[in-house]
Amino acid sequence: MTVPPVIRLDDVRLALDGRSILDGLTFAVPARGVTALIGPNGAGKSVTLRVIDRLLCPDSGTLHVAAGRSAFVFQRTALVRASAATNVALALAPLGLCRRERAERVASALARVGLADRAGDAATRFSGGEQQRLALARAWALRPALLLLDEPTASLDPTATAIVEDLVAEMAEAGTTVLLVSHNLGQVARLAARVVVLDGGRAVEQGPTRSILSSPRTPEARAYLTGELPWTSFAAAS
Amino acid sequence: MTETFHETLIRLWSLDRDVVAIAWLSLRVSLTAVGIGLALGVPLGALVAVARFPGRDALVALLNAFMGLPPVIVGLVLYLVLSRSGPLGSFGLLFTPGAMIAAQAVLATPLVAALSRQVVADAEAHLGEQLRSLRLSAPRRAMVLIFDARFSLVTTALAAFGRAISEIGAVLVVGGNIDGHTRTMTTAISLETQKGDLSLALALGIVLMGLVVAVNAVAAFLRSHAARAYG
Repeated sequence: MTVPPVIRLDDVRLALDGRSILDGLTFAVPARGVTALIGPNGAGKSVTLRVIDRLLCPDSGTLHVAAGRSAFVFQRTALVRASAATNVALALAPLGLCRRERAERVASALARVGLADRAGDAATRFSGGEQQRLALARAWALRPALLLLDEPTASLDPTATAIVEDLVAEMAEAGTTVLLVSHNLGQVARLAARVVVLDGGRAVEQGPTRSILSSPRTPEARAYLTGELPWTSFAAAS
Repeated sequence: MTETFHETLIRLWSLDRDVVAIAWLSLRVSLTAVGIGLALGVPLGALVAVARFPGRDALVALLNAFMGLPPVIVGLVLYLVLSRSGPLGSFGLLFTPGAMIAAQAVLATPLVAALSRQVVADAEAHLGEQLRSLRLSAPRRAMVLIFDARFSLVTTALAAFGRAISEIGAVLVVGGNIDGHTRTMTTAISLETQKGDLSLALALGIVLMGLVVAVNAVAAFLRSHAARAYG
């Protein structure tokens, strides 16, 4: 029996400030596990996450998200000038939890990312790695069915990156569907079971991570994965 | 001239009863007006920064324009509203500190709203996408952004206090500059100067300057102390 995908985009198009960003984007994300969105800068990866989270509305095409609650962890961590606990509690506000329930969720989410003893500290004073862990705690507290991650380790050192990767893997194992945007191909290989390669606002290739990373079929995916620069391939073609 | 300075110093040193009473009334009226201005203006400015609705740009332009409301015009309009034949005449507020508070609150509110809108819009540029992703409603997003920008909003409160305590036109028209009842530092300075009692005018001027500097210093200290804690 085939499991229906939790996210399906079909011929999604979106232009921002007159520039086409998504140009007939079509792909599906299966339930559970980590799916990575990779591709060169400007391919439309971050915009795709925003469309899936309904932060942006596509001009045309269909978007189907069957997952329940979603959580978004941005590349640039957005934290309020308040304590770590307050930042997590803030995310729970629309859920209508009672005070005790909210406090328990905050405490367990902070404990899960190893920040239980920093609950009362000012979040904006945290290091980059700690801030990203706090952002994951905020996402975790929501108990999301879908977790969207936009280059969550882009500016972190290797130790902090490893910690964040472990947390993401743990969330995926717990049953959360994770859609990860990353330029770190090692990270993609470690975390993702499936990969979707974007180029020019289109999905040019998708499939199991290992086969796409080792033997991409399309020239666009090959160019991206081998680090070929667009202007050198253009010069070679001409 | 030397005699005037001498008398001024004596008035200040001896905590002259007139000086203290006038300074206290001014402070009470202006702080209350600023409090009302903050209570109304900050949420209004934050909502305008966060929400998207038809006519928003026009409202922003109006708030910005109202920052420069001429106090004497505000005094005149409020005089008509509060006068015995006016719509709120039955409250008997004209020529009372209540009318002066209302006048200064009318001046402070659009100033606070316009400055708050800008401060909250700056905070939204950083946090807005995250808050929308968390599915927070517009009023709740506004509240979170106000909280995040609370240290910057201190400057807004100071600007409003500066406008309220230093204005003369509105309080003169609706307060009437009644001795011992509605005489503030600015109206008293103007009157005493015209009467030739320069030592009282000068003493009040020094107290006025001192109050403005003191309030700003306390606010700056609190702001830097809090900002050190929360970044």
